[in-house]
Amino acid sequence: MLGGVFHAAVLFLVAAGLQLVFGVQRILNLACGSFYALGAYTGVSAVGWALGAGLPAPLFVLVLLAAGVALAAIGPPIERLLRTIYDRDEAFQLLLTFALVLMLEDVIRFVWGTAPVQLGGVYLVYGQARIASTTVPVYNLVVIAAGALIALGMGWFLARSRFGRIVRATAENREMAEALGVDMSRVYVRVFTLGVGLGTVGGALVIPATAAMNEMGIELIVEAFAVVVIGGLGSMRGAAAGALIVGVLKGVAIATWPEVEMLAIYVIVIAVLVLRPAGLFARATA
Amino acid sequence: MARALGLAAVTALVAAPWILPPYHLTLLLPALGYSIALLGLNLLFGTTGLLSFGHALFVALGAYTAAVMTTHLGIKAFELVLAAAAGVAAVVAVPVGLLCVRYVKIYFGMLTLAFGMLFYSFLYKFYTLTGGDEGIRVGRPTLLGQAFEDLDKVAFLTGPFYYYALGLLGLAALGMHRIVTSPFGLCLRAVRENPDKAGSLAVGVRSYRLAAFVVAAVFGAVGGTLLAVPTGLADPLLAYWTHSGNLVFMLLLGGFEHFLGPLVGAVVFIFLQDQVMSLTPYWRFVFGVILAVVVIFFPRGLMGLLAPRARAA
Repeated sequence: MLGGVFHAAVLFLVAAGLQLVFGVQRILNLACGSFYALGAYTGVSAVGWALGAGLPAPLFVLVLLAAGVALAAIGPPIERLLRTIYDRDEAFQLLLTFALVLMLEDVIRFVWGTAPVQLGGVYLVYGQARIASTTVPVYNLVVIAAGALIALGMGWFLARSRFGRIVRATAENREMAEALGVDMSRVYVRVFTLGVGLGTVGGALVIPATAAMNEMGIELIVEAFAVVVIGGLGSMRGAAAGALIVGVLKGVAIATWPEVEMLAIYVIVIAVLVLRPAGLFARATA
Repeated sequence: MARALGLAAVTALVAAPWILPPYHLTLLLPALGYSIALLGLNLLFGTTGLLSFGHALFVALGAYTAAVMTTHLGIKAFELVLAAAAGVAAVVAVPVGLLCVRYVKIYFGMLTLAFGMLFYSFLYKFYTLTGGDEGIRVGRPTLLGQAFEDLDKVAFLTGPFYYYALGLLGLAALGMHRIVTSPFGLCLRAVRENPDKAGSLAVGVRSYRLAAFVVAAVFGAVGGTLLAVPTGLADPLLAYWTHSGNLVFMLLLGGFEHFLGPLVGAVVFIFLQDQVMSLTPYWRFVFGVILAVVVIFFPRGLMGLLAPRARAA
């Protein structure tokens, strides 16, 4: 159950990145799973390096966060590539992000090889906590807290900050925002970079608990899709609710009936699409 | 122009067993299977304007039908396998299509992807039924009642089976040509160009989309059975979403606006993949770059370069 919430926290970060980019740029980014994988691998390397340089082990979570944030620097050049097709049919945008998936998968293969990479020894550095007769690694709680904090931070940022207002205005009506003097290309670069950063941070945070594998990106993207469909495309609250549903469902399914782990998620996705096509938290558009 | 190209393609494919070494012929086999699947996919994307990211579902369905029939049921007649694959695909495609065609654009893509992955996880997790990640073996089928027992595997595949697959592709292409040039095909194009107007002209938009979806599924399954025989295996990765992505990639590479696009895309993709894979283990990166270049600079694909003014298929 708590394992599910841990997974949900990570899933939320990736799905939030997907939502943000879709909401503003109207591009469904298949590559957000690849950013997640890239974040995971970079996290392993960064922490390995930091520990080697004598960093006290309990600080590793900061290194992971920093690695994830730093990796967002790949956002602007990728956005530049996507900019060539903003005025095209959605099908082409989807395919270009699929091209990114293929490329990034091999970048990972090239840099880190095909064998799973693990971050040994730091997962339990904060010890275990006993909650209602089960033991939970404290690190899981740290990540859940971080996910919740980032969710709240995003909520505040979108609702209150000047840039958040611009982002929402753009998502609402691109032409009008532009007519009112918003520099669209700058908004796009920033939004996309933020979206990348959410994915890479999510990947970096998950890595003490699991191994980084070549397939992790293309596997996670499907779950992230499930999250945004359940929650409603473009909605942040939807991403949070969807991530919780998918994460907890997955946790429960693994514990009780592992065969239906993914099956259950897709059944819910399809049920939501049939019953509430726009998702649970969608605005009237779409 | 289009007719001359088509004739050249047919001649080249018929003559291939005399010209190409067996290795390249075994590469052509999956290309033939993919061509049929892509003909179907193009009816959805090129003609009807719906981008499916779950077409691999039906390819896998065809492959698994072939596997179950040849291995578990002991039915070797390939004609029966094809009929069963087409039937199963149609039966699955009707409910799936009913749900999917309620949406267009990105939502259609996501929903088809979800269904594809639903099938994938079924194949992957229900080990006793589907063999899990090991899949199910596909036995050598009999063609038109002939077992060709005196031929070894390569001779069988590059000889009788090659011509059988080629004949099937010919039939599929003729059938698809009839479909896209028929009033039905015209209606599909009307639905793509302007669904509201088509609807107001008493074209049942959803039923036309559904019909296109089912036809595409049948073509996908038939292509899938052809793919499964040379590899001798039906495995869950056939249904994985990246496989669907590759199908769309092939279609775009060949050119979705042209009737021959699927064939060109499949052949070029398979041979290019073979070449690049032998050069570097990082062939996905190369293919990602190729796809990006095609999407950005040549969205009309190879056929768009060759026949710039060809009729939209």
